[in-house]
Amino acid sequence: MATAETPATLKRAFWEWDGNLTRAVLEDLRQGINYWPLWIRLGWQDVMLRYRRSMIGPFWLTISMGIMVFSLGLIYGDLFGMVVDRYLPFLTIGFLVWGLISAVLNEGCQTFIESEGIIRQIDLPLSMFPLRVLWRNFIIFLHNAVIYVVVVVVFDLALNGSLLWAIPGLILLLINALWSATLLGILSARFRDLPQIVSNILQVAFFVTPIIWIPQASFKRPLLIDANPFYHFIELLRAPLLGHAPTLANWSVALLITLLGCVGTFLFYRRAYGRIAYWV
Amino acid sequence: MAASILSLDDVWVEYAIYGLANRSLKKTLVGLASRGRLAREVETEISRVVALKGINLRVDDGERVGVVGANGAGKTTLLRVMAGALKPLRGRIRRIGFTSSLFDVSLGMNSEANGWDNITLRGLYLGLTPREIRALADEIADFSGLTPEQLACPVRTYSSGMQVRLAFAISTAVRPDILLLDEWISAGDAAFVEKAKQRMIDLVDKSRILIFATHYDWLLAGICNRAICLQDGKIVADGPVADTLAFYHQSATPLPAQ
Repeated sequence: MATAETPATLKRAFWEWDGNLTRAVLEDLRQGINYWPLWIRLGWQDVMLRYRRSMIGPFWLTISMGIMVFSLGLIYGDLFGMVVDRYLPFLTIGFLVWGLISAVLNEGCQTFIESEGIIRQIDLPLSMFPLRVLWRNFIIFLHNAVIYVVVVVVFDLALNGSLLWAIPGLILLLINALWSATLLGILSARFRDLPQIVSNILQVAFFVTPIIWIPQASFKRPLLIDANPFYHFIELLRAPLLGHAPTLANWSVALLITLLGCVGTFLFYRRAYGRIAYWV
Repeated sequence: MAASILSLDDVWVEYAIYGLANRSLKKTLVGLASRGRLAREVETEISRVVALKGINLRVDDGERVGVVGANGAGKTTLLRVMAGALKPLRGRIRRIGFTSSLFDVSLGMNSEANGWDNITLRGLYLGLTPREIRALADEIADFSGLTPEQLACPVRTYSSGMQVRLAFAISTAVRPDILLLDEWISAGDAAFVEKAKQRMIDLVDKSRILIFATHYDWLLAGICNRAICLQDGKIVADGPVADTLAFYHQSATPLPAQ
């Protein structure tokens, strides 16, 4: 019977808890990254198991989103009296990015609750759970991104150098998804009605955010657009993917939210860290 | 390798038991906004249970510590705090040595995934690297008695005996320096039980520190060289196994009414 003689290397042999929360949280974040083989695998497994029964796997989602985008594009394009060439790419990217945002926020509420059994029993770094939620939804996002490629080819979109803006835009979006999932995950563990509230807010947000309608098409530009953080984050990706750079306002708002979100979440995480295992 | 140590200084654990209203953000906010005039149940519904009250314990390399105590005395909480899953409200904990807890053998098993995937997943949960898991996978498969064909099927298609055998094989595959055990673990049919027993003894022998909570005196006496007794979240006895057990049974038996 040959069992492992060497101690495991993901988990540290030395562990100390002395009530120094800042140190504990920083160590937790380091270990959360260190545990990437676990959350990468869990994320993949989540996606695969969700679509296991269908032959084409997660691409099922791609197809269903593709059908929705194309049919909505045709109907609404006609209703709003817009050229399909212009409306459908706009709609596609909006849907794609919104899909990522809303899924991370909705599922972010379950970040810690869905792993309650494990959290209460083993000392895994808690920061790996938001990373798992983010990774799982990023995989789905990449599957859906196929639709964008199809749209580019079909509508022969004129892309240019401003496409590169999409890279920092995506990174910023993912950073925000991460702190949101962490914050909502902790709050939902404590307050069990939060997931419902979040999903209600997201429903409203979908309609007030320029996703199925183009802001320039309306006569007046309501304040609601510029005060809506979702709009700016969607623009970070939608503008470059349509062939123009995001505005300075888009970047300023997004960067400000990123800064506030990261700092706020860190402080909150630090405060709640010792209680999460009790709340789930 | 450095000697293993597990030490707890003045460790306090408190559970807050929330009522339904307290679990609701809406009601909590209403309660706060109205300064308690509305949604009054929010304040009154929290009850606090102090599960550990100033635990001081130092366990050195080579010690096998049994934990006894009535239900609700704090045994499970103590083990979870030692594991690092529950963070204490106050106090310090220091652990030197790779630690593994065996509270629930089927923890983290996914019944939709196949046997091999579950071996990998559980290995990662234990803190192993993918490479270390690959090195162990065959031995785990072999010990579980499942064929490679069976391991390629989703775990939900297994009989309950097969599931338990696999779970046991996985969770006992790593030899930790510090082993935390909540009740003795056994599994499977008669033949497997014997194999499992040998493996558990081996696991315990190879560990440098053992913390073992159980209700069975004979197991404790056979394995441990020190025992502590918990009562109402406090250590009320600490010493040789026989002394602690004697104290425990004496204190647990109520005095006859006069």
